[in-house]
Amino acid sequence: MPAPDVEAIAEQVFVALADPSRRAVLAALASGGPATATDLAGRLPITRQAIAKHLAVLGVAGLVTAEPGERRRVRYRLNSAPIQVAQQFLAALARDWDSRLDALKDHLDRHARGSA
Amino acid sequence: MAFRDRIERTVELDHPPAAVWAALTTADGLSAWFGQQAAIELRPGGSASMKWDSGHTADMRVERVEEPTVFGFTWHIFGLPDDDPRRTYVEFTLEPTDAGTRLTVVESGFAQLPEDAYRTAYDGNTRGWASELGELADYLDARA
Repeated sequence: MPAPDVEAIAEQVFVALADPSRRAVLAALASGGPATATDLAGRLPITRQAIAKHLAVLGVAGLVTAEPGERRRVRYRLNSAPIQVAQQFLAALARDWDSRLDALKDHLDRHARGSA
Repeated sequence: MAFRDRIERTVELDHPPAAVWAALTTADGLSAWFGQQAAIELRPGGSASMKWDSGHTADMRVERVEEPTVFGFTWHIFGLPDDDPRRTYVEFTLEPTDAGTRLTVVESGFAQLPEDAYRTAYDGNTRGWASELGELADYLDARA
């Protein structure tokens, strides 16, 4: 198996999440489970045509997978794995060691003055 | 791989290693600059925790204690569910200098995330599906 191109996976996730309609589609799949484009159009203030386009983008990002549903309709299922890839990037940012170490410096300075 | 596995920083501190060591390895020290509340059992395998007024908490497992030069712990990866077993390793190294202490912090293990996620994505592994869905819903709600 070739090494995963994690940068490319993360980039597609961020592009996919940048659009409010696509976030709404993902949130609907997350809360309601697998659904067809028609189901989603009934639940969201987005046309079925627009939903189909958004599902295609989400599919390229690996965030949804198509599966056979009832009466030969395609259902879309949420796939959270690419989001975990993007989370790696966010996790490293969130650690923010620069602020932590500034706080440590301040603490040591205050403490030294206090005990001097 | 474009993503880096580690974060590394070095700072020069105008304080002796003993003072820095106490700030890193005692509940009083940690709660003064890191968490707002802290508890620590200072031995390899011991547990430590920090709490913030926001309600955020961090649970750590102490891994290395070599006073006053090396202190290491593992902790939860930000953004993953609380029960996710994957952790990053944080190691502080203290070197005495003329002015005080050179402190280096290295946090490593971020790269384990995409590999696991990749396996999950492409092997069709549906383990932990319910909790992943819940996590994503929270994630999206928080950004909506």
